Amino acid sequence: MGRITLDKVQKSFGEVEVIPPLDLTIEDGEFVVFVGPSGCGKSTLLRLIAGLEDVSGGHIRIDGKDATLVPPAKRGLAMVFQSYALYPHMSVRKNIAFPLRMAKMDKAERDRRVQEAADILNLTDYIDRRPGQLSGGQRQRVAIGRAIVREPAAFLFDEPLSNLDAALRVGMRLEISELHKRLETTMVYVTHDQVEAMTMADKIVVLRAGIIEQVGSPLDLYHTPKNLFVAGFIGSPKMNLLDGDLAKPHDATTIGVRPEHITPSPTEGTWTGKIGVSEHLGSDTFFHVHMEGRRDPVTIRAAGEVDMHRGDTIYLTPNAERIHRFGADGLRMP
Amino acid sequence: MATQHSRSAARTMMAPAVFLLLVWMLVPLILTLWFSVMDYRPLRGTFECCEGLGNYIRFASSSSFQDAIVTTLIMVGGILLITVTGGILLALLLDQPIWGQGIVRILVIAPFFVMPTVAALVWKNMFMNPVNGLLAHLWEFFGAEPISWLTQVPLFSIIIIVSWIWLPFATLILLTAIQSLDSEQMEAAEMDGASPIARFFYIVLPHLSRAITVVILIQTIFLLSIFAEIFVTTGGGFGTRTLTYLVYQRVIESQNVGLGSAGGIFAVILANIVAIFLMRMVGKNLDK
Repeated sequence: MGRITLDKVQKSFGEVEVIPPLDLTIEDGEFVVFVGPSGCGKSTLLRLIAGLEDVSGGHIRIDGKDATLVPPAKRGLAMVFQSYALYPHMSVRKNIAFPLRMAKMDKAERDRRVQEAADILNLTDYIDRRPGQLSGGQRQRVAIGRAIVREPAAFLFDEPLSNLDAALRVGMRLEISELHKRLETTMVYVTHDQVEAMTMADKIVVLRAGIIEQVGSPLDLYHTPKNLFVAGFIGSPKMNLLDGDLAKPHDATTIGVRPEHITPSPTEGTWTGKIGVSEHLGSDTFFHVHMEGRRDPVTIRAAGEVDMHRGDTIYLTPNAERIHRFGADGLRMP
Repeated sequence: MATQHSRSAARTMMAPAVFLLLVWMLVPLILTLWFSVMDYRPLRGTFECCEGLGNYIRFASSSSFQDAIVTTLIMVGGILLITVTGGILLALLLDQPIWGQGIVRILVIAPFFVMPTVAALVWKNMFMNPVNGLLAHLWEFFGAEPISWLTQVPLFSIIIIVSWIWLPFATLILLTAIQSLDSEQMEAAEMDGASPIARFFYIVLPHLSRAITVVILIQTIFLLSIFAEIFVTTGGGFGTRTLTYLVYQRVIESQNVGLGSAGGIFAVILANIVAIFLMRMVGKNLDK
């Protein structure tokens, strides 16, 4: 079981309030991702749940029991750190066995569990090496192994993939997702990378300056962002946010259209502009289109390879059903 | 790329330094070796050739030689024990965030800047004096008989004085090592259920092992040649005669340069044995 409830949790460092009172429920077995720009308090929130930081106000409940003042080790949570935080002088086996040894578990049971974790994570081949002799991805797996042997109520991940190269990151993303399916344990995952959030989460929590901007499934956030911040943050490339005369026909202060919901054409359309930079990915082509009187270019996606070039005039037609309308207060209009 | 030309240029440029170092080291060593096989007693005016190994045999067979070796080892070992354990504890303490951290750290280093002679005199007269010393007053305050430190426990007293001088050095090196410990490792250990004591033994101490070896190596080299602290306190009496001090006595007090030089060569050999052991230890530790 791993149901975590935050009830008016608040955190200040001295005078500075990092997290204003905040409510959140993480259901048992859920994969929850905290996402937001750097400095938004997502790591602090995770450390509050872990118990590495003390809350300044409010309560944290784990499975209904108040854990606000419980020390980290007694909360039944396991954490994977950004730097992996492996113990450099211990072999992989000893690293993984460390929490069990601290729990005074007998040796036979300890060995069995370590072996099991090593099998799950494909660590058997280098179980007697030291962390210094492993690659980044392998170290990551050892860190996860050290977390799973404890059979915790929930896993906490603090940007675990940010030190890996792009290819490895995609692989580890899949491995962690698979691990979640297999263990069916609650996982709380912090990242600033919205692609990780979209691909892995059951539920995404978008944070800004310690405030929850929106909570929902990845597609919820994609289809119905509650406000301009979430609209601009979720989705890659970013949603185009247009104001002024382009928003007026829709009765809104700002309208948002995702690059994939604009149809380009060389001959006719609602808006006109000139092509600036184009990015060819093979499967897709992204054009940055400069429109008269606008500072920021509009990004659009064309499927496949398109015979349009820099400096060409291009006509754009947004998909009317996919236009997001936002009011003067930045909130979504129905 | 080092061309033939630049390599020979480098050799030429380095030659004076190498030459100077060689002369610096070799001349005294060769002179000592030469004197050690001579019967050289300047006050009697004897400077005669070819004692052979006589000086060595005489030096080594006297009972004071074995005592001196034992004293040297006890002294160096005791000081290392106190400075390393004390240094670790102080470093742990100084690593805590406290008010006035900068000033406290400077104060901690202070004893290292006091000259050995001065430090020993301060301890001898201010602390360990059996009548007026602060320690005597402290003992009296608790109703105990004051200890006459330098006569009752002379070796221990010198160990305390020298430890006081070297404690800051150990503290400083170990403090920087503790500060380089990744805080996430400590947090991970905390999450893993390690108590503060377990965290110290499983995480902090292994992390410090390299720094501890460096402290031991450097201190041993300097501690083998302790002189001033013995000279101004006990003058080598009461079983505080180390090998260094014995050599000094043979040369200056007995005016037997030949015998003293033979002792000096023994000291060189002892230092080298220790150095080889330590180098191996450090090498092993640094390889990790």
